[in-house]
Amino acid sequence: MDLFEYQGKELFRRHGIPVPRGIIAETPESARAATEILGGTSVVKVQVQVGGRGKGGGIVLADSPDDAEEAAARLFRDGFGGRRVSRVLVEERLEIAGEFYAAMLLDRSTGTDLAMVAAEGGVDIEELARTKPEALRRLHIDPEIGIHPYHLRALTGALPPEARDLVENILAGLYDVLTKEDATLVEVNPLVLLDDGRVFALDAKVTIDDNALFRQSEIEMFKSVHPIDPVEFRAREAGLQYVKLDGEVGIIGNGAGLVMSTLDLVQQAGAGAANFLDVGGGASADSIATSLEVILSDPSVRSVLVNIFGGITRCDLVAEGLLEALERVTPTVQIVVRLDGTNADEGRKILEDAEHPRIVPARTMLEAARRAADLAHGEAP
Amino acid sequence: MSILVDDATRVVVSGITGREGTFHTLRNRAYGTQVVAGVTPGKAGQRVEDIPVFDTIADAVEETGANTSLIFVPARFATEAILEAADSDLRLIVCITEGIPVRDMARTASYLRGKPSTLVGPNCPGVISPGRSNVGIIPGEICEPGRVGLVSRSGTLTYQIVHELTQRGIGQSTCVGMGGDPVHGIGFLESLALFNWDPETELVVMIGEIGGDDEERAAEYIAQEMTKPVIGYIAGFTAPAGKRMGHAGAIITGSRGTAQAKVEALELAGVNVGRTPTEVAALVEAVLS
Repeated sequence: MDLFEYQGKELFRRHGIPVPRGIIAETPESARAATEILGGTSVVKVQVQVGGRGKGGGIVLADSPDDAEEAAARLFRDGFGGRRVSRVLVEERLEIAGEFYAAMLLDRSTGTDLAMVAAEGGVDIEELARTKPEALRRLHIDPEIGIHPYHLRALTGALPPEARDLVENILAGLYDVLTKEDATLVEVNPLVLLDDGRVFALDAKVTIDDNALFRQSEIEMFKSVHPIDPVEFRAREAGLQYVKLDGEVGIIGNGAGLVMSTLDLVQQAGAGAANFLDVGGGASADSIATSLEVILSDPSVRSVLVNIFGGITRCDLVAEGLLEALERVTPTVQIVVRLDGTNADEGRKILEDAEHPRIVPARTMLEAARRAADLAHGEAP
Repeated sequence: MSILVDDATRVVVSGITGREGTFHTLRNRAYGTQVVAGVTPGKAGQRVEDIPVFDTIADAVEETGANTSLIFVPARFATEAILEAADSDLRLIVCITEGIPVRDMARTASYLRGKPSTLVGPNCPGVISPGRSNVGIIPGEICEPGRVGLVSRSGTLTYQIVHELTQRGIGQSTCVGMGGDPVHGIGFLESLALFNWDPETELVVMIGEIGGDDEERAAEYIAQEMTKPVIGYIAGFTAPAGKRMGHAGAIITGSRGTAQAKVEALELAGVNVGRTPTEVAALVEAVLS
């Protein structure tokens, strides 16, 4: 789960990392009031999870409460990067003397923690690693050992001497966020040195491990403010793995790899998938029925492809679930069904006997993908 | 021969008394796997059918000579079961459990580095050497003994490709489901090395997906060391960046981990990459004939 900037900064505060004073505003009027509280000037920062906020006009320097109100009104009205905007973060203006970069992440290819510090801030770090590798310090940390002062000294070695101590404290705090909050990524870009010598985290990008949310109840609460697609919400409630995509073929499959492969095949057949949906292992009639309801509630879906390879999942139960769903909802699109693996013959027979006008059986995965793509383009079954 | 599991494999199942644990234990045994013991703390002395249950893996090993651990316990206790198996010196640990926090896995992986145990998984379907031993949840009936080694990050996609191979009369030496988590045990590289040394394996199929750099690292190994042909498949060409596609590890971060980059790395290493599961099976058939 990716946190919003203000949520990441809330975690930073809890772990002793200095962040600017800030107030969340949900209306233009409260952006004005916040700016008054902060002394008459502020920075208005749009709270959305898309990059390029600075360049795209999502971060506005407000010289007066009027400015702040106007900026917030524009962001709430127009949205940002195609997203609806429901919150802005109104922060105090700071006098900046220098910018750095700091990040901690769990590096999957080594299975260890990776800390990175750069003497330049506000940069694309992949780009910096290529063009100015000497400005970037990287260090792997064994998660069993944790971060130590010698790590911190090594990481801050390329920074101005007057900033090192404070940055070391911040790095220790970031490591705490990484390990104690079950984050997989904590990035501060930029980390700033102020005219008065203090160091602040000006931005916060934090990703939390979904698998660990069961033991991070405070972070779990952050979830409730994440705006989410209504179809996605319904799927999540039903315990399905669902991701909304841009195409027109609704997809139901079992197993993440098989579903991804199905999306690829649909694209190769000249159409696009409307979603990723994994019903998971041991799918029941009920979970199949719910999946179909979820898919059919998406108005962009023009055909549906059900691709099941039964291992633990039994194809006869899948077939029953499909028929059950078709009693609950009345689809206006054709549903291509491919069943293989455990009890596939029984499943195919159930569908055959039902003779449902919306169900189009397919023998293989490839054939099913092509058929569903054709149907989405309005060709007769 | 085969890799990882064979006739000598003697399995102890952690979480044997759970619903999933019991179901798959009995399926593995029905396949012919020697399942010699189960472990559920507090249930020593019970039996699952006639398989004895112990409180600890150490007790199970001492009483039954188990050499392989199979883990079905829930996510929050699963790394504990892995550590317990490693401390009991089991040579192979297969962890099926899905949803383990990645930090727990990173710490566990760090501990395992100094140990002789090989970990498969977590969040994986397990390992099968058709006709000999099935340790995990791969449906045995879709496999057939033969000479193709297979290693994959996915479950059902593996079944799809195995099924297409078997339908063409092409059997498998061993199928390794390495799992879909970002931090995991055995990977493509280690599996390819084992297949490279296995006299029964003639060709290897590797099935990857978006996220991480396991495929890219495997490509380097293939270019330098692999003496047998490798056929590849990568899922996730249409996956958008930054979205987790079901598997915790299946996510494109920034410009890294895309399907396109993986295919390019593999092709550069001389791997023939199929565009569909069906094409993968056809490529295997062409190489073997």
